[in-house]
Amino acid sequence: MAVCVAVIAKENYPLYIRSVPTESELQFHYMVHTSLDVVDEKVSAMGKALVDQRELYLGLLYPTEDYKVYGYVTNSKVKFVMVVDSSNAALRDNEIRSMFRKLHNSYTDVMCNPFYTPGDRIQSRCACACRGGPAGRGSCSESK
Amino acid sequence: MEGLTLSDAEQKYYSDLFSYCDIESTKKVAANGRVLELFRAAQLPNDVVLQIMELCGATRLGYFGRSQFYIALKLVAVAQSGFPLRVESINTVKDLPLPRFVASKNEQESRHAASYSSDSENQGSYSGVIPPPPGRGQVKKGSISHDPVQPRASADQQEPASPVVSPQQSPPTSPHTWRKHNRHPSGGNSERPLAGAGPFWSPFGETQSGSSTGDAVWSGHSPPPPQENWVSFADTPPTSTLLTMHPASVQDQTTVRTVASATTANEIRRQSSSYDDPWKITDEQRQYYINQFKTIQPDLNGFIPGSAAKEFFTKSKLPILELSHIWELSDFDKDGALTLDEFCAAFHLVVARKNGYDLPEKLPESLMPKLIDLEDSADVGDQPGEVGYSGSPAEAPPSKSPSMPSLNQTWPELNQSSEDTAIVHPVPIRMTPSKIHMQEMELKRTSSDHTNPTSPLLVKTSDLSEENKINSSVKFASGNTVGQQQAGVVAQPPAVPPRPQPSQAPGPVVHRPVDADGLITHTSTSPQQIPEQPNFADFSQFEVFAASNVNEEQDDEAEKHPEVLSVEKASDPASSLRVAKTDSKIEEKTAASAPANVSKGTTPLAPPPKPVRRRLKSEDELRPEIDEHTQKTGVLAAVLASQPSIPRSVGKDKKAIQASIRRNKETNTVLARLNSELQQQLKDVLEERISLEVQLEQLRPFSHL
Repeated sequence: MAVCVAVIAKENYPLYIRSVPTESELQFHYMVHTSLDVVDEKVSAMGKALVDQRELYLGLLYPTEDYKVYGYVTNSKVKFVMVVDSSNAALRDNEIRSMFRKLHNSYTDVMCNPFYTPGDRIQSRCACACRGGPAGRGSCSESK
Repeated sequence: MEGLTLSDAEQKYYSDLFSYCDIESTKKVAANGRVLELFRAAQLPNDVVLQIMELCGATRLGYFGRSQFYIALKLVAVAQSGFPLRVESINTVKDLPLPRFVASKNEQESRHAASYSSDSENQGSYSGVIPPPPGRGQVKKGSISHDPVQPRASADQQEPASPVVSPQQSPPTSPHTWRKHNRHPSGGNSERPLAGAGPFWSPFGETQSGSSTGDAVWSGHSPPPPQENWVSFADTPPTSTLLTMHPASVQDQTTVRTVASATTANEIRRQSSSYDDPWKITDEQRQYYINQFKTIQPDLNGFIPGSAAKEFFTKSKLPILELSHIWELSDFDKDGALTLDEFCAAFHLVVARKNGYDLPEKLPESLMPKLIDLEDSADVGDQPGEVGYSGSPAEAPPSKSPSMPSLNQTWPELNQSSEDTAIVHPVPIRMTPSKIHMQEMELKRTSSDHTNPTSPLLVKTSDLSEENKINSSVKFASGNTVGQQQAGVVAQPPAVPPRPQPSQAPGPVVHRPVDADGLITHTSTSPQQIPEQPNFADFSQFEVFAASNVNEEQDDEAEKHPEVLSVEKASDPASSLRVAKTDSKIEEKTAASAPANVSKGTTPLAPPPKPVRRRLKSEDELRPEIDEHTQKTGVLAAVLASQPSIPRSVGKDKKAIQASIRRNKETNTVLARLNSELQQQLKDVLEERISLEVQLEQLRPFSHL
């Protein structure tokens, strides 16, 4: 189950970070921050590959003993980082992908909102509640 | 302020009103609250009202204390009786009738008459349900004519004053409006159906909770004895005709009911029964919203772009965060533009918010687009929806389906349409397949046999042309080599479309063993063949998926049980599924087995009835046509065509639609996931092929030797 979800802007500052266990939030923030390097590395490694869905999903960025960190980057270089608990019976790759996809859809919905200026922190009332629930079920369905 | 002497009835009445206005029970009411409503309901000119407020000292204090309130009420009575407003007139005017308030004042009066004791108890609990939003609209409408900005501001101010002052209401019939107010104060008490009052009052109907009880009360209404008493209180004979249901009198249903006329009572009953939703938009409000919409977008079926809407709503001076939330709620199809329905919903939410209502977390049902009562709501709703979808697929696709960039033309539209009625589906989906179809047709002409590999083409538009060529070449080869096993051939090319291209010669060679495998697998039971094919994605998970995800398909299982798996695969947008389907189609053709073609690829998109239709149509198309791609597109078209019929009944079954929408979304994700997996497999296979070719090249010189 996803314990932390983060949306990072192009300039590598966070737009939205939420963790399920709120006590160790700082640890997750740190993990997300360190994962940004890995993301950049993967993105540069891809080079000018075709832009398709596969490219957006970066896969496992790096595993730690307790957690695995997955990454996803959009065409506009907005990065989604997800930290999942390793103890959770290995989430299939597809599930992670679908979680990212939903995350991406929610993000685009936010973008569509004319009252949202790109670059602002994302404040959505439903996001926290919705994210926590679905993340617990292993399928993140953010509905903002 | 001199002392105020009130008669007994007056005392009761005034405390009644004070409790009504004192929603926070702070023993003082701010001017902007029900007090203003009340005063507006008194139907006095504004300057008189201001004078009254000034006289009673509220303006000095800044709020209405109990004494100020009482004085104000007395002055209202004085003014309504035609006496000049003087401070000393409070006590000098004897036998002053109770102040009349257009709204439920009469009710209160009658309440007094009937059974005040019980009433007073009821008044204790003012739940503060608020009519305002509807009233507000009316107020706005009445007071503001055309200026979008000012109306809002003025409406805000007016809002507390007179939620429902309908000018058409004659004082005698006022109870309706007031009824609403009274309902609020008494919390969930039954509404007071005001009989005689304005029939036009219908929009307000009974506020929320009261309505149901009001209905109940009405049913028991009987010409009230209190009527006489009530008449004695006030000099307003017409009021006697008012049906006043004191909220408290819910228990006293038999007592305080004065029905002016059965018709009005019935009307009120109808109104109240239909109006227990605080978020419902009244007709006046709606008209006002529509007028506002026209100022921005003259075409009622068109859209308001996000930027224009942003400017418009920013004028309401709500914080940006709340406006953002309102937008999230009201932009139902998430397209960045507002249709008329969405605009009305957004406007209504803004109005509500300005009146102090908290924004809901979810869009209330009555505000959902296409569910709002319009004369031809179904048509209006559908049309904008369709227009929207067909109009905006171009812009929306890139944003709507980031996960499927290659399917920008098809899937985004599906995503959009899934949120809306299914009618939308046919419009966008057709476009892409037709292009592919054209290519396919060309290829088909050149190729010998069926065109099975079209499915991969649908998956990736960018690779379409490549794959088309590849497929055609493959088909040639496979057609020559494996003539009869159409299924196998069909299955194979899609699996390795890129292969033939690099090296045509080894292609067929390579294919042949693969074909053999494919054939073998294909020749296995038709529906199950797909999972066994090595080149295809691991369908086991899809089967699991099918099991979990088949909400709609369970309904179809009776029909397509053998094809459950194929249905699943059909739901898979990936090429292999298509191929599988085409295989199954082919097999059906060859085997002439009916039930097979369940999964035409768009099954997941449709509620249960659709797959049935699709299947039938696809079968029909199957028979005559060899071009599977044609069939596929035909099927898609059939599915899409069949979908419009469904929304017709949607109007009655919103929940089912929403459920189907959710299902469609889920299947969308499933398909997307499968798509990605298949893409991965495709690439793996490609690499494999390349390596094999390299090996072949290395081996070939030896073979020549």
